[in-house]
Amino acid sequence: MAQDESGTELTVAGSSVGDEARAGDPGTAIVAHDAVQNPGLPPHRERVTDKDPKKRRHAERVVYTLFYLSIVGSIWAIAAYMLFPIDPRDMGSVRLNNLFIGLGIALTLLALGIGAVHWGKALMHDKEGMDIRHPVRGSEETRARAVEIFQEANEESGFGRRALIRNTLIGALVAFPLPAVVLFRGLAPQDEDPVKLLNHTIWKKGTRLTIDPSGTPIKASDVTLGSVFHVIPEGIQDAEHMLEEKAKAAVLLIRMNPDDLHVSKGREDWNYDGIVAFSKICTHVGCPVALYEQHTHHLLCPCHQSQFDITHEAAVIFGPAARPLPQLPITVDSEGYLVARSDFTEPVGPSFWERH
Amino acid sequence: MRETPHASARRSRKTGRRHPLATLALLAIGLGLTGGAYAAINGTTAATADTAPQASQSMIDEGQKLFVANCATCHGMNAEGTKNGPTLIGVGAASVDFQVGTGRMPMSMQGPQAMQKPPQFTEEQTAALAAYVASLAPGPGIPDPALLDAKGNAANGAELFRINCAMCHNVAGAGGALTQGKFAPELRGVEAVHIYEAMVTGPQNMPVFNDQNLTPEDKRDIITYLTYITDNPSPGGIDLGSLGPVSEGLFLWIFGIGALVALSVWITAKSN
Repeated sequence: MAQDESGTELTVAGSSVGDEARAGDPGTAIVAHDAVQNPGLPPHRERVTDKDPKKRRHAERVVYTLFYLSIVGSIWAIAAYMLFPIDPRDMGSVRLNNLFIGLGIALTLLALGIGAVHWGKALMHDKEGMDIRHPVRGSEETRARAVEIFQEANEESGFGRRALIRNTLIGALVAFPLPAVVLFRGLAPQDEDPVKLLNHTIWKKGTRLTIDPSGTPIKASDVTLGSVFHVIPEGIQDAEHMLEEKAKAAVLLIRMNPDDLHVSKGREDWNYDGIVAFSKICTHVGCPVALYEQHTHHLLCPCHQSQFDITHEAAVIFGPAARPLPQLPITVDSEGYLVARSDFTEPVGPSFWERH
Repeated sequence: MRETPHASARRSRKTGRRHPLATLALLAIGLGLTGGAYAAINGTTAATADTAPQASQSMIDEGQKLFVANCATCHGMNAEGTKNGPTLIGVGAASVDFQVGTGRMPMSMQGPQAMQKPPQFTEEQTAALAAYVASLAPGPGIPDPALLDAKGNAANGAELFRINCAMCHNVAGAGGALTQGKFAPELRGVEAVHIYEAMVTGPQNMPVFNDQNLTPEDKRDIITYLTYITDNPSPGGIDLGSLGPVSEGLFLWIFGIGALVALSVWITAKSN
């Protein structure tokens, strides 16, 4: 009979579990007189593989066949790698290569796992066992011995005695994560204030609106009624951090009947003859909002279904976005090209801690 | 915000060149450009109109008869529009060819969106209707077949498609939902001429992509890309409709998690 480390005998189903092993000291707990009695384990039921040698041999055959299959799978994956090479000009070869290597590896792992589980379930010894939980606190003797071991170790290593060595060791341990802190700090903006970066975009007074991706400047006359232009600021291709700047400065340019626009006070000169420009960055979590409907003038964000009404300065009419999309004030320059009057007058995109 | 060297160079050049006669020169340039642009736009309109087959008067008359019998209920006896349908004056032949040629018009009923169905008119009848509507006022004409050959630059078309079209029509052209029951239809397998006409005319709630926004060559590239993805199935195996996380997530939730549950049940069940 198996024994655990404390010497308690492991009991198996059928044998009576010692009452004294379970009783213990109830402490402050209230023990109900009609408490549910431990029903113990149900009686052991023999499997077909225990009773019938034919079934047992069958199960053995299944398990080793599965393990053989696993070996076949491994060899097949190697063979498939050689038999179906990837030809960069032919996407079909990539598909075949992935498919057959994948099938080989899947067979390897599945056969291995199913074989192991089947072995465990059908053939391995399956007598139920019970390991009685013993008190957490060690005996007085064990505890005294543990303290003794620590003192001995301290004595032998000189950890308590050689204070300089010990303190420099502690110092070294404190210092060793510091490079990681510095390195990870280096991933964040260094000499620039992130709040300022988030508050401003590359747009400024006189920046021409150009077509994404060609960079062709847009004339007001090019934007016919019902048109939508996906716009980037002129010169963004030369910007130092082009993608970061584009992620803030992307704009959607829409022309509608000027009578349909409901312009609020102070924004009278922000549109040009019904041409309006709005930030394409959703104020919810920053997805590009560009699903514009020509007749309803709704702008839909595909990520979380926020809807903005372009006739009412991109007011939120549905969904989780908290603020309207910022409007870019525009006008035309002397050559008839659309230009920005200024940067956005508020930060674009989602909220951040210091947003005012 | 830091200025780009390019922009500052341009500005300094401008300041250095200012001259008492600058205003005059600017005025002249402005007038010249406006005139030039006007001529150019008129020129392009004329070019598109020229590509349409020359409509004879008999064709226009035939189209008018069909219009009065089938379209006038909503669009008015003279295509002036009613409260049930917009005016068709100035929409051009391209719009008629798209709406009637894809079966969207005549609509079977008013709804959030006109649905695609088998075309209700023959090609000759559609051409007659288009000729009649085009005769009312100039508008976008039937595109030049040379722009529909799908032999352009598919890579450029893909980039333009991702920027201008993919947000509604899905990057693989599988279509997608819009607001209040409207949707952007699937584009795979749509005829090139209808794709071109949709970009030029902006049917229903689709915005217009005129030739200043996407040049005819750009439109040809976009058609090339769409033809490419129609003819070349997904290299990654089954694409589950290319609907992204919706169909892929559903598949994994049902079959992936289903398989995990089944295996867990099998592992923990006692053997017979």
